[in-house]
Amino acid sequence: MPILNKEEAQALLKKVLAFSKAEECEVTLSGSEGGNIRYALNAVSTAGDISTMSLAVMSVFGKKAGTATIDEFDDAALERVVRRSEELAQLAPANPEYMPLLGPQNFPDSITYNANTAAMTPDSRADMVAKSLSVTKEAKLTAAGFLENSTSFNSVINSKGLFAYNKGSDLTFSVTTRNQEGTASGYAARGFTDVNKMDTFAATKVAAGKCISSSGAKAIEPGKYTVILEPVAATYMLENMFRFDARSAEEGRSFLSKKGGGTRLGEQLMDPKVNIYSDPFNPDLPSSTWTGEGLSREKTMWIDKGVVKNLSYSRYWADKKGVKPLPGPGNIIMDGGDASLEDLIKSTERGILVSRLWYIRMVDPQSLLLTGLTRDGTFYIENGKIKFPVKNFRFNESPVIMLNNLEALGKQERSISVESYRSYLIPPMKIRDFTFSSLSDAV
Amino acid sequence: MRRRDFIYLTGMGAGAMMLPGMNALAKTIDPLQALEGVDAKIKKELADVALNTAKSNGASYADVRIGRYLNQFVVTRENKVLNVANTESYGIGIRVIANGCWGFAATNDVTKEGMAKTALKAVAVAKANAKIGGAPVQLAPQKGYGEVSWKTPLTKNAFEVPIKEKVDLLLNANGIAMAGGANFVNSIMFAVNEQKYFASTDGSYIDQDVHRLYPSFTVTKIDPTAGSFETRRSLSSPVGMGYEYLDPLATEKVLGVTPRYKKRYDMLEDIKFATQQAGDKLKAKSVEPGKYDLVLDPSHLWLTIHESVGHPTELDRVLGYEANFAGTSFLTLDKWKSGNFKFGSDAVNIVGDKTQVGSLGAVGYDDEGVQCKKWDIIKNGVLVNYQAIRDQAHIIGLNESQGCCYSQSWQDVQFQRMPNVSLQPGKNPLSVDEMIKNVEKGVYIIGDGSFSIDQQRYNFQFGGQLFYEIKEGKIAGMLNDVAYQANTQEFWNSCAKVCDERDYRLGGAFNDGKGQPSQSSAVSHGASTALFKGVNVINTKRKIG
Repeated sequence: MPILNKEEAQALLKKVLAFSKAEECEVTLSGSEGGNIRYALNAVSTAGDISTMSLAVMSVFGKKAGTATIDEFDDAALERVVRRSEELAQLAPANPEYMPLLGPQNFPDSITYNANTAAMTPDSRADMVAKSLSVTKEAKLTAAGFLENSTSFNSVINSKGLFAYNKGSDLTFSVTTRNQEGTASGYAARGFTDVNKMDTFAATKVAAGKCISSSGAKAIEPGKYTVILEPVAATYMLENMFRFDARSAEEGRSFLSKKGGGTRLGEQLMDPKVNIYSDPFNPDLPSSTWTGEGLSREKTMWIDKGVVKNLSYSRYWADKKGVKPLPGPGNIIMDGGDASLEDLIKSTERGILVSRLWYIRMVDPQSLLLTGLTRDGTFYIENGKIKFPVKNFRFNESPVIMLNNLEALGKQERSISVESYRSYLIPPMKIRDFTFSSLSDAV
Repeated sequence: MRRRDFIYLTGMGAGAMMLPGMNALAKTIDPLQALEGVDAKIKKELADVALNTAKSNGASYADVRIGRYLNQFVVTRENKVLNVANTESYGIGIRVIANGCWGFAATNDVTKEGMAKTALKAVAVAKANAKIGGAPVQLAPQKGYGEVSWKTPLTKNAFEVPIKEKVDLLLNANGIAMAGGANFVNSIMFAVNEQKYFASTDGSYIDQDVHRLYPSFTVTKIDPTAGSFETRRSLSSPVGMGYEYLDPLATEKVLGVTPRYKKRYDMLEDIKFATQQAGDKLKAKSVEPGKYDLVLDPSHLWLTIHESVGHPTELDRVLGYEANFAGTSFLTLDKWKSGNFKFGSDAVNIVGDKTQVGSLGAVGYDDEGVQCKKWDIIKNGVLVNYQAIRDQAHIIGLNESQGCCYSQSWQDVQFQRMPNVSLQPGKNPLSVDEMIKNVEKGVYIIGDGSFSIDQQRYNFQFGGQLFYEIKEGKIAGMLNDVAYQANTQEFWNSCAKVCDERDYRLGGAFNDGKGQPSQSSAVSHGASTALFKGVNVINTKRKIG
């Protein structure tokens, strides 16, 4: 059984710890169970069911640490993995950045687990895909999509008395619909903790609508435009910015480094409408309440009214700098406004609606300049109305500059990154002077 | 391609949590234990259980992969070793065709019982999927090879080289950078060994021992008064070789503005130049945007080939199987069928090749038991072929697969992946110096940098590591903030000349991402320095705050 409950995990971890002869020892146990279906050209192409469980032991002598892992769980195997980690620790060079293990901590239980998602089966996945395909078959479009669910647990114990356990569920779905001629394409992506919130039929309807209205795209000149980024586009763009790491900033090699030394902590870096924070107990996007370093995750503001409010400190860097450690974001929530997407369009005199962005890569880590392209539904807006679909653009833009040029925010929703598949709570946003640098013929 | 986790790692330094390419089942083990291969006889017995179970339960075809995947990482920054890890992942993946549909299942229970149970699961998945419908799988014929084996040609198995030797090399390199005024340096040694056993109902039992190695570093220099920083990454390549890649050899070196390397790499020399160049980049002139002739070194051009030729000629993309993630391709079947689609100029000859010694893609047989080969993809500028596997071969009129099937581990299903795709050297003698001599206004680019391309592979943008201005046939100094944008077909048709085979070198991607769930593969791309006329160069400098 790959998913152990708290008591089962603790009993197994205690048994492993009892074999340890090292100065410090930490044992981690994790497991996951889940499956996926991939489909293309309106038929299933691959499907899989995967369940795994593994155990990692870190033994420490002084600042020399060694790690060994195993996926066998009889007593002999458990003792063997402890001995092996101790041998590796003795061979390893001392790591001056090693921090002694923490003692007992009180972590509240998280709300990341969902029984409905955990109960999914190959049949329920197939039903959800069939619902998606029913939309495209009727609309005479071609669908390619991917549905994946997983339930996992993580638990840790150490020789100083720390024990922690977390169990979580996640489900993501994405679908691309294309017309027969290959001249139009639409996309939708959804992510949830609870499978009952997932409506593959409705999501595919959205993708199909985008595809149908994208036909006959016209080329317009690249340049600076007001853009409305739908959440799936904004998420992928901003994902590249969500590292608020003190160390790289203090070392002078981050967009959060300050000219002349130091960091931009406390500086107004973005528009005052921007609030970005983490909260493990957000019901729509919960996260674990503890980190691998044994730190507690609490609600943390990163950007408060456009001001850099906090930077994350690892235990080592915090110790070196004489500050309290602060874990990096376990989830990302960006406040939105009351406007609907339609309201954002209505208030736009001339602009571009961007459904999705694609192939975003860092061009310059100093300014966070990113390049990438629009994809699967790009539309020209004039006098508050969508006028016609336009050909895709390449952009060169920094999310920091973008959030300085923020005009308006819409209603926040849960969205997934089209590359990392991580979920975020992000609103649609209207941005002025977004830089499109060339046209693309891609559909 | 999803290389950024790896770039992030080498750029910033990291612990085990960010190690690239480690799948969920990878486990840390004693390096010596990892070297004991599993007896092929035992694997054959196990494989037969899976094949027989699948067949007797309704499979018309079955293959089984028994894989042991070893990784070793040594990760350092400045004078510190951040992590030394050995991981192993061992298990089986079984793929079947039942009722005309593929099914796949995998387990780490490598016993006869595990084989039988997993084979049944794969058949059940195939039968369930068959109900949704679709055209039945059509496999190109493949003869069984019987019991055969293949091993990466190497003289030094990286897993047998003591950890201390690797640590010493990396820390020596870091020491050179710090002594040269670097503010930060990260270096990493990454070794891979795939011990793969493949068996199929066609009668093949193939045992392979595949090795790859990637040493790399990033040097960072900071100008605190200007509030700016620059990096220079190593000009090493990931290779399908043993640790001998790290034994420098004068004959495997290319001279010029900075040393570059063929089949042997001198890390200590490269980092000395890198440290100097990171400082030079801080002071370099910002490029004036406009049209330039580009002279592209193989250490840079490999990535442009990978993205703009390798990916659009993948047949699964052309057909639409990757539409929801990586995308499709502008190189549609009608263009290939026309027989005269001018992908590039006459100077452009590109081959697919899974046999090239020292390359990342070289194996004896692919992951569906097809012996590897070499073929033309672009001939004198014309699109003549794609990259295909057994269930696609019939679509392009082939009666056998091109051997492009790969899976990153036993627990992932194999599918079409890129072979080594390489630009052939020019047939007439031409050196880089002779090429530069005839360039009026140009940029010479060395090393790969930022990269982005659309989902049908028309519009791309590439950066680099080092940029030199060419004025009236001479190198006039270093430039900064350079990226070029082009349309794939226009770009390759602007290829005026390719240097001869003396300059030919391989570059490559260690972690090329594709598929859902995403899988990583390693692939090399060879080229000699090439000249592209009148390409659009942009300036990437921005200010925030």
